[in-house]
Amino acid sequence: MTSLEDDKKMARSRSANWLQLVFVRLGVLPFLLIAAIIVFTLMSDHFLSGRNIMNVLRQSTYLTLVAMGQMLALLTGGFDLSVGTILAVTSVVSATVMAAVITAAPDSALFAILLGVLAGFLAGTAIGVVNGIGVSVFNVSPFMMTLGVASIGFGIALYMTGGVPVYGMPDAFGTTFGFGQFLGIPSPIYVTLVLIVFMCVLLYWTRLGRHFYAVGGNIKASALSGINTRLTLFTAYVMCGGLAAVSGLLLTARLETGEANIGASMPLESIAACVIGGVSLRGGIGRVENVVLGAIFIGLVQNGMNLGRIESYLQTVVIGILLIVAVVADQFRQRYIAKLQD
Amino acid sequence: MKSIVTEEPGPQQNEAPFLLEFQSVTKRFPGVLALDGVNFDLKAGEVHVLFGENGAGKSTLISIIAGAIKPESGRIRFRGRAVELSSVHHARSLGISAVFQEFSLVPQLTVEENLFLGSEITRAGLLSQSELHRCAGEILDELNFPLRPSQRVMYLSRAEQQMVEIAKAFRSDLSILILDEPTSSLTERETKRLFTLIEQAKAQGVGIVYITHRMSEIRRIGDRITVLRDGRYVDTVDAKTSSNEELVRLMTGRVIEQIFPRITHTPAAEMLRVEGLSTADGRVQDVSLSLRKGEVVGLAGLIGSGKSEVARACFGWEPVASGRISFDGEDTTGLNPRQLLDRGFFYLPPDRRDEGLVMMRAVRENITLPSLHLPKFSRGWFLRLAAERARASAIADRLNLQPPNLERSVDHFSGGNQQKVLLGKSLARDVKLFVFDEPTVGVDVGTRVAIYDFIRELCESGAAILMISSDLPEILHLPHRVYVMHRGRLRVELTGAEVTEAAILGYFFEKEAA
Repeated sequence: MTSLEDDKKMARSRSANWLQLVFVRLGVLPFLLIAAIIVFTLMSDHFLSGRNIMNVLRQSTYLTLVAMGQMLALLTGGFDLSVGTILAVTSVVSATVMAAVITAAPDSALFAILLGVLAGFLAGTAIGVVNGIGVSVFNVSPFMMTLGVASIGFGIALYMTGGVPVYGMPDAFGTTFGFGQFLGIPSPIYVTLVLIVFMCVLLYWTRLGRHFYAVGGNIKASALSGINTRLTLFTAYVMCGGLAAVSGLLLTARLETGEANIGASMPLESIAACVIGGVSLRGGIGRVENVVLGAIFIGLVQNGMNLGRIESYLQTVVIGILLIVAVVADQFRQRYIAKLQD
Repeated sequence: MKSIVTEEPGPQQNEAPFLLEFQSVTKRFPGVLALDGVNFDLKAGEVHVLFGENGAGKSTLISIIAGAIKPESGRIRFRGRAVELSSVHHARSLGISAVFQEFSLVPQLTVEENLFLGSEITRAGLLSQSELHRCAGEILDELNFPLRPSQRVMYLSRAEQQMVEIAKAFRSDLSILILDEPTSSLTERETKRLFTLIEQAKAQGVGIVYITHRMSEIRRIGDRITVLRDGRYVDTVDAKTSSNEELVRLMTGRVIEQIFPRITHTPAAEMLRVEGLSTADGRVQDVSLSLRKGEVVGLAGLIGSGKSEVARACFGWEPVASGRISFDGEDTTGLNPRQLLDRGFFYLPPDRRDEGLVMMRAVRENITLPSLHLPKFSRGWFLRLAAERARASAIADRLNLQPPNLERSVDHFSGGNQQKVLLGKSLARDVKLFVFDEPTVGVDVGTRVAIYDFIRELCESGAAILMISSDLPEILHLPHRVYVMHRGRLRVELTGAEVTEAAILGYFFEKEAA
């Protein structure tokens, strides 16, 4: 009798230890994911259907791309509040260029798309360049620099469009990059997969990737180790801009219009995805896989709440709560890590 | 922690009641037995030195005294009464104050605001600035610390911040004062001042727990020494009668013939030549020196004498106003750290947390950081991870890193092992000139010996070594020649028998009046 109870107690403490280990190894994310899946499955029959899961993955691609860019800024010890603006500018510029080219030469849809994509990508990346120059050359704090640039870029996007959506893009753009599928998988997922692989290779197998971690972890030690810290910081913001621009292009294709208002929630959501995925706000720590999972998690929550008919205003509340929960959980995790390192 | 015995609070009437008594105190951290049944006692009016290598349990012991952590088991008596030191606040209320190596100052606040942080002087619920200013002035005057009460702490040097921290401990009524390496960033003069204060506190019956790695300090102020090793109590000896050899033997468990190795002096080709160097910020003025292969040269001086800045200017880390620096026969004035690293010049900064290491990253990544672009570690843009791991592992072996876990982040190693990682960075590439800036600050004797031996090996295999240090014994015993700096200028070059304590100290201070 007693020994049976002891066994039970032992089993319970062992599983508690195991959970603790999972928490330390992987962070709060697996727990949040499992909880979200259980809750939403109970709330809606459609949630776990194959179609819906594919839907969640596709919807998450936009945030995943931005979050990976945001991760670079966070790794180097800063952040980028202008990612939403980058989406907006990319969207407006690419749509405007495409519409203009197709009006001038109605038969050259492919040329219009190519030119529009290029223009949008360059415009978005240019914002990253401005951020990078401000942070690395003029030593402006990332907070002020990207906040200021966000205002400038958003203003430009609104001014260019007068606040109305830009129509008139070639249909092929939307049907290919917005609604296109290959082997049953939506095209944005392919683009995102390629960039996830790119990011993994960059961060884990290249010198530049190592330098991002080192500069974010200790910029003085990095400089004394012969690393060009300015160039590293600059590159982080440019790449962040580039990734956000790709996201902006894909979202424009999906919406089939150029809009200045897309991406307003991106700064918060991308930082949330990173933090939930275990990226340190102090720089130097974070992994791509976890950030991707963090972004998918946020997509999952939004999708589940839509299916559960939760009002969109309340959804913002939930995202905010999740962000704070993740940060608090991370504090506990840091304490465990210190204990368990041996 | 439930098993702490709190029964029988009846006072024990000894003829000389201890201020504080620890009986078989045990503290376990996951995976480590930090303290294993340690005994310790402290009398009123004595300086009790805690001695041991890093990781021996000294920090854990003082953290328990200060109420910062709680032991699993064991008895603690304060003035003969069993107590449970439940929090820092509780310890403070008993008059136990600690000055830790990690400062508890708010950089944005002024000296006076920091001094009274947590016990601000108020009148009718509002802060009384004038009263605060007056009291802070009194304390600083009494301690004779040259600090302005209205100065913001962030603009103070490390030594000055240390003084604020000490002043904070002396602010309230003291029964026990804990000092953790208080002199590590103080100059000789400030150290003397601190020791006078300690004498005064002793006279008032304060018991002082003192951690230091410096033998000379133990002789100067210590009364008794308790030696810890691997979390266990080894012995308590009299500070006046025990010999250095005995202490080192107790601490390390082995006999060390000499802490300072004899380094063969075989000066060869000139490696570094500095002519008329002045830095843009004026902290170095018209300094000329030279350094050959196969010799160890010391650069001594007080904090703020510009000795560090000379090396930093040579390494392209401090803007040069005028003068010429040549390295290995080539004019390298104005080159950046990366270019100098690639020519074989390696500078090891004094503050490993601040400038030396990326604390939250793995040992492996830190060791190879300055060398990643070399063909042995990368192919084009891509890293050769297997080669990196192998090289880092070999370096960790050579330096005897404990524990030998390359993937563990640096901040989870002891101070001595962190210093080894810093040294390891210079081993991942070919180096002709090593500049060690305060290489043994805050490391135990065992690691210290290892570092000196490391320097000897480097020198005897033909490297040139510049050793910047405020540690007098180190400057006296290790280098072949010594340059002494004072207020940004080079005072003197001493060779061979000229290198004596009196000579060096003379050049440190004497000229100040002139």
